[in-house]
Formats: sequence, C-alpha cells, structure tokens
Amino acid sequence: MRAPSFSHVQSYPAFLWRSVGVATDGGWPFYAWMTALTAVFLVGVNAWAHQMGGGMGTTGMSDHVSWGLYIANFAFTVGLAAGAVMMVIPAYVYKDSRMQDVVIIGEILAIAAIVMALAFVNVDIGRPDRIWHMMPPFGRFNWPVSMLTWDVVVLSGYLLINLHITGYLLYKRFLGQPPSKRWYLPFVFLSIVWAVSIHTVTAFLFSGLGGRPFWNTALLAPRFLVSAFVSGPAFIILAMQIIRRLGGVKFSMDPMWTLVRILRVTVLINLFLVLSEVFTEFYTGGSHTASAQYLYFGLHGQDALVPWIWTAVVFNLTGAVLLLANQSQRRLWLIDLACVLVFVGIWIEKGMGLVVPGFIPSTLHEIVEYVPNELEWRVVAGIWALGMMIFTLGIKIAIAVLTDRMHLDEAPLTPEEA
Amino acid sequence: MEETTRRGAFKLMGATLGAAAFARALAPITEWTDDLSMDELLQRHYKELTRSDMTAILGRLEAQTLAEYGAVVSIGDPRPIPDVQFGYALNLSACIGCRRCAEACHKENNHDRATGNSWIRVLEIDKGTVDLAFSTAAYEHNVPANGKYYMPVQCHQCDNAPCVKVCPVEATWKETDGIVVVDYNWCIGCRYCEAACPYHARRFNWTKPEVPAAEVNPDQAYLGNRIRPQGVIDKCHFCLHRTRKGKLPACLEACPTGSRVFGNLLDPTSEIRWVLENKRVYVLKEDLGTQPRFFYFFNA
Repeated sequence: MRAPSFSHVQSYPAFLWRSVGVATDGGWPFYAWMTALTAVFLVGVNAWAHQMGGGMGTTGMSDHVSWGLYIANFAFTVGLAAGAVMMVIPAYVYKDSRMQDVVIIGEILAIAAIVMALAFVNVDIGRPDRIWHMMPPFGRFNWPVSMLTWDVVVLSGYLLINLHITGYLLYKRFLGQPPSKRWYLPFVFLSIVWAVSIHTVTAFLFSGLGGRPFWNTALLAPRFLVSAFVSGPAFIILAMQIIRRLGGVKFSMDPMWTLVRILRVTVLINLFLVLSEVFTEFYTGGSHTASAQYLYFGLHGQDALVPWIWTAVVFNLTGAVLLLANQSQRRLWLIDLACVLVFVGIWIEKGMGLVVPGFIPSTLHEIVEYVPNELEWRVVAGIWALGMMIFTLGIKIAIAVLTDRMHLDEAPLTPEEA
Repeated sequence: MEETTRRGAFKLMGATLGAAAFARALAPITEWTDDLSMDELLQRHYKELTRSDMTAILGRLEAQTLAEYGAVVSIGDPRPIPDVQFGYALNLSACIGCRRCAEACHKENNHDRATGNSWIRVLEIDKGTVDLAFSTAAYEHNVPANGKYYMPVQCHQCDNAPCVKVCPVEATWKETDGIVVVDYNWCIGCRYCEAACPYHARRFNWTKPEVPAAEVNPDQAYLGNRIRPQGVIDKCHFCLHRTRKGKLPACLEACPTGSRVFGNLLDPTSEIRWVLENKRVYVLKEDLGTQPRFFYFFNA
C-alpha cells in the first residue's frame, strides 16, 4: 500500500488509464454489444469514405432537396442532448437527492448525443478538409450573423460543459474527495440555460429562412424544445432500466417515475403545438400550405413522406394515450412501449418530417422528391453506433467510479513505484 | 494474475484488429484525397490574398485544369470597376421560354455536362397569375404555348442577400459592383446558402464536374466560371469574367427575343435605367425584403 497521492499530475493519468481499463472490461454480452456497435460503426465509416470519394452525389440529395437524412438526424440528436436537462432540473433546481444520484446518466447521454450531432453535420458537408475555415483566428467565422456559427459555439460549449461536470465529479469520487461545489454547481446551472440554447439556436437555423415558409414559423423553437423534452426522457427511462438490470448497480427507481411524470406532460404539449401548426397551415390555405400538404397528404401525386408522418402521428398519439392511461406503476412494459413509440415518433417528426418538406415544393415551387438511399442509411447507422458506444462506455466508467470499484487507492502501481 | 494478462492480450488484439479494420473501411476516401494538394488545403480566404498569392494560385489552378481536364485555360481575377453597379432586367412580355439563355449559361460557365446543369431555370406560368405554384420548369413542348408566359430565374444578386448572411465562413459575399460571388476554394459545402436562397439560384457540385476538353470555355475567372471543385457551391455571377471587361452576359447574347437588358445602374443614359424608369417593373418575392438587382417588366 502506498499513501494516497494528491498530485493531479500522477492521479489524473491514473484516472484516465483506469477508465480505459474499466471501459474495456466486461462479460460476453458487453463484448458482443461493443463488437456489434463497432461493426456497424465501421460500415458507416466505409460508406462515408465512399461518399467522399465519389462526391455527395452518391447520396439521394439534390439541388432541390439539399439537406436530407443527415440534417434530420442532426436536429433530432441536438434535441436528445437538450432533453437530458430534464434530469438536471429536478436534481439541482428542485434538489431531488435521488435524481442527483443518477443525473450523470443524462449528462453522459448529452455528451454522446452532441458527438452524434457534430458527426451528422460533418458527414453532410462537402469539404470536411476545410473545417478549419470555421475556426478563429485562422478561419473566417461569420459570427454573429450566421446562425450556423451560433450552433457551432453552443454545441461545442455544451459538450465542454458536460464533459467538465461529469469528468470533475467522477474524478473527485475516484480520488475519494468530496467535490467542491464552486467547481461544478455554476456549471450545472449554466448547462440548464445552455441546453435550452442549443435547441433554440438549432431551430433558429431553420426558422430564420424567409424563403422556406414551412420552417419560417415562430413556433419552431418551442416545438423543438418540447419534443426534445419528450425524446430525452423517453430514452433515459429505457436506459435506466437496462442499466439497472445489466450494470449490476441498484439505484432508486423514483427518478425514473419523475421522468415518466414529466413525459406525460411534455408529450401532450408537443401534440398541442403540432396541432396549432397544422391548424394554422391548413385553415389559412394558399401556396404557403403546399409543404404541409405534401407532408401529410402528398402534392400532385408525390407522397414519399406521407407514410413517415402518419407513422409519427400514430406513434405520438398512442404513446400519449399509453402514458396517460397507465397511472399505476404496475404495468411498466406499457410505459416502456410508450417510450419507444414517442422516441421514434419524434425522430420522424423533427427529422425527416421537418427537414425534407422545407424543400418540397422548392422555392420555385418545383416538386422533386427525396428518399434517403442505402449509403445515407449506412452512414447514419454508423453514427448512431458511435453514439451508443460513447454512451455505453461512459455509463460503465460512471458505475465503476460511483460504486467505488474504481478508486485511486486500488490503482495498480506504475513500474517506477513497483 | 494470469487471467489479467490474458485479458490484456485479448484487449490489445481487439484494438489492433479494430484499428486495421478502421483503416480498411476508410480506404475509399483516397479517391478524393489524392486530388488534394497541401497548397490548396492551406490556401487563405480570397480577401486575405496578396496579388502575388493570387498569381501563384491562378497558375496552380490553370495547371490543375490542364492535368485533370486536358484543357489549356486562362484564369483571371477581374476586379469590380469603380462607379459601376450592375443590374439586370427581363421582359416577360417578350420572353418565349426557348431556354437558349440556360443553354448559353451551361456552356459559358463550364457546367457539368452529365447533369446539363445551368444557373438559369425557366418557368412556364399560367397567364393570369404570378403565383409560382402555377408554374413548371419541366415543360417539353413547342414554345410559346397558348395561355402561358415564361419567366427565367437566376441569381438576383440581392442587396440584402440571405445566402451571404447564413454562410458560416464568409465564403460568399457581395462585391462593390453588386455581384454576389463565391470563393470556391473557401466554401466548406454545408449548403446552408442553398437552403436560404428564395430563388433556387445556387447549385452544389455533387460530383466532380465533367467537361470534355474541347468544350471547356478557356476564358475563366477565379470568382466566376472556372471549373468548380467537387463539394462546393456555385452560382450565377452576372458573367463577371465578361461584364467586368465591358462585355455582356452570355445569357443576354444568346436571347433571340431581346428580352434581356443588362447594364450599369449608375449610368443615367443606360438602357437598364430607361427600363426601370419607364416600364412596369417588379421584383420576385419582394415581400421577403431581399432587394434583388434582377427586375422583371412587361411591355407597355
């Protein structure tokens, strides 16, 4: 045994090294899961390499529908990251101590989701070799005029804030020291405001375009936020049950039921906002309704998105009914089913259902349809696999630290010390 | 202890396999990266280039065009002429929808042959409406058709251009003579400008443009009609390689009906000024506040 060392120069690398060890240790289900994710990720990498080699023309996008499945997933994953704040608010604003015990799940989800969102933007751009053009002082950053530059700022900021909070709390626990409030509490409150900002800015990116009436609505940012507060909690509710079952860690289920109560409200507000949008579009009528017409019913015989959006409508409505009809805690599987339904429902509604109709009809009222092709699906699957890998490994490290299985005192000796 | 070493070896093997598989998966990217040069990668923004930087870049681009397309071209960098503000007007009463302007643009500006791309799109609209919902660009019959009129649409070189506003890297901007240009070597290919443009004026290079050597227009400009790289945006630049040297745009010269009027808005004796002062003139989607430099008018 050696005396606990308080030199961060030694203990921080030890923390990182032990994290790598913990993150790569597990039983066969863990290895099977990670191998499968790696395989899917590599399929995505390969598809993207083909896309860069042959040009973006290898995707299903065109000058008429110039954003597709990638930006759809980008909008959704930004929401997933923002949705994590639904754990942070009860934990720190309402001081729910049981929620505080598990809030790290939300923060790790935020990290994984932001990485996915950034990846979705990067696979969508034609010249990733020029990404440095965005980075001051070498590049020319069109801030504050371009909303895309705001998005870069808020997304990377949110990633850093969450990395800091989780990293700091886990490291302190690893050292066996109580965390100092002034090193994380201000960041926790900052993260709440910041979570709202990431999704607001992402909505403004679309709603600020006067040439696209379908997006040019003040309701877009509120809709983005509310739907984020559906998809985020839905994911976490499912994840908490899986973590509890497979992670070998017992924590209170109260926080999960808090999230279910939140979900019961947000799912309804989301439906209400969709209804408001649909009413305004169709009751007013005229040419500005063309995109909504295309989305829900098809336009001039073109109707590629109709099955998508009605799936979303049915899923979101069924999810809402299941959540509201099951007020008891006995039939958890019905709640789980509802979570799956609303998660997929929001993915469609805020993804393909939002991005693609903005382009159909085009600004010159041409109707050119878009269907994501196989290459795009492979890239998207690869990025989701990457996100799930980050989430899994983050959770694994967090469990090891929080259950004191990974602790500085048990760190293997370095060769010099031995 | 033995268990730990075995596990460690197993992990190391996994990591090696993973890295090898990753490299293998990424391999097809070389088809694109082989075309990239370090000079191109590190090139600075147009506005930060000195004259000698630009000379070197133009030489490099000419050599590249020769190597990749087999065409000897001359790429210049004509600057805006002082006291000139370009404007364009189009007579909707005279246009017959023959699309020769679109074809001329295709050839003049070295567009991709495979897609037949052009920066001009001609709409056929029902008489009695100005609502584009009653238009089509996909007509394939003799023109002019009964009950229809025709509206060519190209970049309106807006004074309040949404595309310029949204670009995250200032790869597109408005020049002092009113032309909105793109630095094709600075654009990152995010296509936000394409989403922002209300006139469908922008095009993306979804693939590397194909132009046979014999068809390449050798009179080129850096901010204009040079063959664009893969993965960047381009757009109509009012043929700045011609107009900044006192010539007229290719689309105007190709028009058989004389529907097109181009000139200096600051010159009170110009034809464009006469049209703006004497005809019934309007701009497309005026309500969006984009303030176009491209005007439509009717006879009488």
